[in-house]
Amino acid sequence: MIGSLFYNIKQAFVQIFRNRGMSAASIFSILAMLLILGLVFIIIVNVNLFSEIVKQDYDQVEVFIKDGATQAEIDECIETLKAKPGVTNVTFRSQEDALAIMKERWGESGYLLDSLGENPLPASIMIEVDSLDNASSVASAAGKFEIIEDVQYYKETVDKLTKITHFLQIACMIIMAFLVVVSVVVVSNTIKLTVMARSDEIHIMRYVGANNWFIRGPFMVEGIVIGLIASAIASGAICLIYKKLVETIGDQVFAIVSSPLISVQYMTVNLTIIFVALGCSIGAWGSIVSMRKYLKA
Amino acid sequence: MITFDHVTKLYRPGVGLDDVCVKIDKGEFVFLVGPSGAGKSTFVKLLLKDLTPDSGNIQVGDYHVNKLSNRMVPKYRRKIGTVFQDFKLLPKKTAYENVAFAMEVLHKPSRQIRKQVPQILSLVGISDKADKYPHELAGGEQQRVAIARAIVNNPQVLIADEPTGNLDPATAWGIMDLLDQINLRGTTVIMVTHAKEIVNKMDRRIIAIDKGRVIHDSKEYYAGPMGGDEE
Ligand SMILES: Nc1ncnc2c1ncn2[C@@H]1O[C@H](COP(=O)(O)OP(=O)(O)OP(=O)(O)O)[C@@H](O)[C@H]1O
Ligand SMILES: [Mg+2]
Repeated sequence: MIGSLFYNIKQAFVQIFRNRGMSAASIFSILAMLLILGLVFIIIVNVNLFSEIVKQDYDQVEVFIKDGATQAEIDECIETLKAKPGVTNVTFRSQEDALAIMKERWGESGYLLDSLGENPLPASIMIEVDSLDNASSVASAAGKFEIIEDVQYYKETVDKLTKITHFLQIACMIIMAFLVVVSVVVVSNTIKLTVMARSDEIHIMRYVGANNWFIRGPFMVEGIVIGLIASAIASGAICLIYKKLVETIGDQVFAIVSSPLISVQYMTVNLTIIFVALGCSIGAWGSIVSMRKYLKA
Repeated sequence: MITFDHVTKLYRPGVGLDDVCVKIDKGEFVFLVGPSGAGKSTFVKLLLKDLTPDSGNIQVGDYHVNKLSNRMVPKYRRKIGTVFQDFKLLPKKTAYENVAFAMEVLHKPSRQIRKQVPQILSLVGISDKADKYPHELAGGEQQRVAIARAIVNNPQVLIADEPTGNLDPATAWGIMDLLDQINLRGTTVIMVTHAKEIVNKMDRRIIAIDKGRVIHDSKEYYAGPMGGDEE
């Protein structure tokens, strides 16, 4: 049994080499599909992480105060907002606080802020709400005050992000379904060459009563080997791409949206698992399709 | 054992099998004769479930052959050994391996394979050629390997579609003796042939088909169309 598995794997490589043109086409087709999947996966996972962080960190509304507002006006505003339903905490953030926070967020690039002459950042009031869903009513109440220049909250951003991720996921699934079918067709045509070369053997197996899975065995091994080759290349490529990506723009992303990119290791491990599973399934499926004509009674 | 009940399988009007009724008992030896294009191979293919009839019923033992699901066909085929005019041996396997292959396919234990294959090879009379590849064997010897492969799993029925078609008369008689022997061991044998001489000398049941219809079914001497002496 084990011996025949090794034999079949060896035969699969022999056949793949013999039909190398078609094999390369199959591998390329699966590879392209996996890479597209990988890139979309990278985007979706990172956007998801970002929106999670935003949801946790920004369950608050920030209202910016006009220059020259008096402390009394500010205090009045704070007291009113504290009384609103859903509001859990209200804090005042002075111009100096705002600058300090920004410096911290910019990390190594923070020194750039030192060269600013006058502090351009406005003072603000941070209103924490128990859920982002209460944010809009609080925001509109805050907006009514004279001293308030601008209201900023993240519900819209989060909603937009969620919408974009959903859209990406659906678009990805449609593209994937299409690419999977294309790959299966290409793989099945490749394996059909082997099937034809061995059609006598298939006929003989059928006449002596071999069951269909037994007959499919060697051809499935070939399909799976093709799928594995493609997924190995895809895993390596996506790992390099993502590593490069994190190295080059990871810090900037963090500076802008204060959310880290998912780690290279996590991404590589998960994508490799997905790639191998998908690559093997497509290979196996392609070989089943290629033999359909031969195995119907 | 085998019943064809008003079986029709027409590729186009008048071509194929047309309303055929045949009953073959367990242990019989039957010749199936008729001119080229009469429908003999069609009969064999229907029996093997290579084809499904347009109408009528085929029963073999407990199997309702038309109603077999795709999944059950392999199990059914194990009850039937088949031999063809062109031997259909695997060129890259030795005589021994070709026969063993039929057992491996059915996941027979290797101990049983090692014991049974030599027995069968000696039964068909080619023990000394076990390690030869098909291209190193004469036609008659190749057909013996094919017969060994067909019977190694002890089928209840052996179907031979022109097994002597590619052989000279002397070799053909050797194969006939072998099929006769196998029949004596209790296996039902159906043999398709054009060889008039063999058919008329063997004194067995003869079913003649012409244009898809059974035109003769008895042990009587048959002088009708058969499509040449040997082919
Ligand atoms: N798949 C098919 N499609 C259409 N016609 C077919 C098909 N298979 C066989 N036929 C036709 O059916 C007729 C009967 O064929 P069959 O093979 O049963 O003849 P046969 O009696 O075995 O002839 P032979 O002695 O030459 O082997 C022939 O005319 C053949 O051309
Ligand atoms: Mg024929």
